[in-house]
Amino acid sequence: MHSHDTLAGLAARLAARELSAVELAQDTLSRIATLGPALNAFVTLDAEGALAQARAADDAIARGTAGPLAGVPIAHKDVLMTAGLRTTCGSRMLGNFVAPYDAHVVEGLRRAGTVLVGKTNMDEFAMGSSNETSHFGPVKNPWNPAYVPGGSSGGSAAAVAARLVPGATGTDTGGSIRQPASLSGICGLKPTYGVASRYGLVAFASSLDTPGPFARTAEDCALMLNAMAGHDPRDSTSLDRPVEDYARALRAGASARPLEGLRIGLPREYFGAGNDPEVAAAIDAALAEFAKLGARTVEVALPAVKLSVPVYYVIAPAEASSNLSRFDGVRYGHRAARYDDLTDMYCRTRAEGFGAEVKRRILVGTYVLSHGYYDAYYLKAQKVRRLIANDFARAWRECDVIMGPTAPAPAFRLGDKTDDPVQMYLNDIFTIAANLTGAPAISIPCGLTKGGLPIGLQVQGDYFAEGLILNVAHRFQQATDWHDRAPALGSEP
Amino acid sequence: MAQTSTTNPAYRGSGPSWEVVIGLETHAQLSTASKIFSGAPTAFGAAPNTQASAVDIALPGVLPVLNRGAVERAIRFGLAVGGNVAAKSVFARKNYFYPDLPKGYQISQYEIPVVQGGGVDIVSPTRGAIRVRLTRAHLEEDAGKSLHEDYHGMSGIDLNRAGTPLLEIVTEPDLRSSDEAVAYAKALHGLVRWIGICDGNMQEGSFRCDANVSVRRAGEPLGTRCEIKNLNSFRFMQQAIDYEVRRQIALVEEGGTVVQETRLYDPDRDETRSMRSKEDAQDYRYFPDPDLPPLAISGEWIARVKAGMPELPEAMRARFGTAYGLPDHDAAMLTASRETASYFEEAVRAGGVEPKTVANWMLGEVSAALNRAEIDIAAAPVKPPALAGLLARIADGTISGKIAKDVFDAMWAGEGDADAIIAKKGLEQISDEGAIEKLVDGVLAANASIVAEFRAGKEKAFNSLVGKAMAASKGKANPAQVNAILKRKLGG
Repeated sequence: MHSHDTLAGLAARLAARELSAVELAQDTLSRIATLGPALNAFVTLDAEGALAQARAADDAIARGTAGPLAGVPIAHKDVLMTAGLRTTCGSRMLGNFVAPYDAHVVEGLRRAGTVLVGKTNMDEFAMGSSNETSHFGPVKNPWNPAYVPGGSSGGSAAAVAARLVPGATGTDTGGSIRQPASLSGICGLKPTYGVASRYGLVAFASSLDTPGPFARTAEDCALMLNAMAGHDPRDSTSLDRPVEDYARALRAGASARPLEGLRIGLPREYFGAGNDPEVAAAIDAALAEFAKLGARTVEVALPAVKLSVPVYYVIAPAEASSNLSRFDGVRYGHRAARYDDLTDMYCRTRAEGFGAEVKRRILVGTYVLSHGYYDAYYLKAQKVRRLIANDFARAWRECDVIMGPTAPAPAFRLGDKTDDPVQMYLNDIFTIAANLTGAPAISIPCGLTKGGLPIGLQVQGDYFAEGLILNVAHRFQQATDWHDRAPALGSEP
Repeated sequence: MAQTSTTNPAYRGSGPSWEVVIGLETHAQLSTASKIFSGAPTAFGAAPNTQASAVDIALPGVLPVLNRGAVERAIRFGLAVGGNVAAKSVFARKNYFYPDLPKGYQISQYEIPVVQGGGVDIVSPTRGAIRVRLTRAHLEEDAGKSLHEDYHGMSGIDLNRAGTPLLEIVTEPDLRSSDEAVAYAKALHGLVRWIGICDGNMQEGSFRCDANVSVRRAGEPLGTRCEIKNLNSFRFMQQAIDYEVRRQIALVEEGGTVVQETRLYDPDRDETRSMRSKEDAQDYRYFPDPDLPPLAISGEWIARVKAGMPELPEAMRARFGTAYGLPDHDAAMLTASRETASYFEEAVRAGGVEPKTVANWMLGEVSAALNRAEIDIAAAPVKPPALAGLLARIADGTISGKIAKDVFDAMWAGEGDADAIIAKKGLEQISDEGAIEKLVDGVLAANASIVAEFRAGKEKAFNSLVGKAMAASKGKANPAQVNAILKRKLGG
């Protein structure tokens, strides 16, 4: 009924009282009840809470005190704390954890009036690129249930792609928003590190973790980011910058060539032989479209970017090995039922509470921080991280945005890469650099394979260029309709 | 013949002289109202887990936010010891598992501490005035407490203390005896209280020392050290180091080798016991904490802190010598704490009395009374103006020094000020020549045998007569006049 409206469209109809928030929430909940279980996109649903929030949104709209997104149903990745509602991180370890507080971005979206319908499935502790490491089972790609939706924010991506909710939150540590957005055929934005607070985001790799929005359009992402961004004194890495309206540039009138003069940087490293031919063709077609909109392309070099995957797989596990130490069974979360002594309690609790991928990364992280290995791994990785940032700094002298495929290939089949972690890790080869530098990037749909799987285009910008890359994506979406393509779901109500 | 490089008999072994090498690590709890990375209060003694916020118990998703008050105190310390306050220092994670360490890591500073270098001046009983060099002082958070009693085979965890700000102060291995170690610890204890960064309460664990102790034959390279923990009083520190030195010397002399390990001092048995050896030493996997940007301290911030610093003990000690004409010993004693120093200056400012007299009384009667009552000078019932009022009555001859001690005791007991007590008890000194002469005549008449002894050449008999005369006056007669009159009458 309303499922094919964008978030912006719904917000406008709700504000105009053409549609009540309660009616929309009921609709949303029934669509989730019908389509959700097959996709396994949700870990927790909160029908009662959603209806209460919807009633409050209707009241606020009636009183004229409503926030800009009043009544819009959304879902949060289950790594973001929601007061009173279970937050599992896709792990047995936190299977019954209920936090007494909201994450900063959850708070911001609440204040904007959104209605939280539930928490979405994810790779355990956000470690994965296929959503197959979740304790609650894999998420299916709405375009083809035999395929993965991408990860780690696979549940949010699938929920938005299946039109269960118009928007959802994700977190992006090494492509965990953009890669599932690409594989699921929707938009996913990773803002500049520090623009959206990490308070209430269960840490995976603190120097990389970035909360961001999923939606069907760039405009919707901008509206969500408006509610998620802002300085938060509870996060020492949150940036204290003037409040920005990320949708402002998008509202400027359209012209025939709205991107006149835009310089698109094309790193040769993003266009190698390793890319799937259908992906390469779709990106070329998108670039041709940008040329029509007035943009021109320049070749740039990012030689150190090829090292992003190994660098990432030193830094992220190192931080994770420390961040996940707090899950020890002492104060909350899973604790082994039987144990002999303290060490045994730790060992059994963590052996039972964590899945294989999480354990693998804790082991790797512990190793690279160990005495005698720190300099060779962790310190070296930090140095290369700086080289990668230097590459981008040079590129920004020649271009305004950088484009390429978000992932080298479309979605793969469930189970295809679970036995080969390195192949799995290489899925993030184009997305990880933005996490290492902290700069923003968005993935937008730009094609479908012959087999009907989505292809994503990544648009990267310099620090704080969210407004620019959102506008670039928006102009593309005004000229094309890839973002309007929806998967045909078997049991469409 | 046993020789030793110090005067402490504890270090006497056989063969060539032994040298003891000690370095101290001190954890000073910083006197902030809230914790170093959370807003929870730091007050001591609350019911378990009532002063632990989401950050302190390490709920998922919460983050540390640095308390600038803790940094300000570290700056004060850096300035006081003449160290370098780092323009940029880095917080690091020290990773290990323990139930009272909620995050599974302690936030500390590792490669780049907030204070680098500096030193503390002490007087060594064997080497005189020396400066103990500091390696560093760094900010870190305290852990919680594990409670092993009362839980029937389980342990209780109290996280009230988790996140309490600490400044860990590390010396170079500059100390050569337990006496020097204690002198340093006392000087440091005085200093941190002086500059108001730590309450110094050792019973509550606000000031805790660990000692790294090794021994070597004179001229040889450093020996293997042992770290001794649980030195929660100066006396225990002295005993523990002495025990450890004896143990190490005996071990080496018997042909053994010292193993690097951590040892715990047990005051009940007066011995140190092995806690864990180097083989068990954990790999803490330090790395910079990605949740906290490097700590930047501007020159402007340092200047602002400097402007608010109190006069430091060394400077004040020198000034007490020049401005009040006090001998160095007195000046040192009176500047042992800021409270003592300000008591002294307040009493002197009240006027009517020599600074040296105030010093004598403070180091004598006042100090003794404080010890008896086991209270700090700030809590002394006799306030500085009242003490000055009493001393003024000695100076103007109203009472004798001896009577003044009784008056002081009465003042301490809360019976009023000096003048009121003197009036009430009729303690005013008798200086009337005629009255004293009459009194002396009476004593001579009643003690003919003592007078005879004196005349026979027994000088001591004179003192006995003075005593009798003073007693007859109930101590009120002016002793100088009693002396003079007696001498005249007997010598005539």
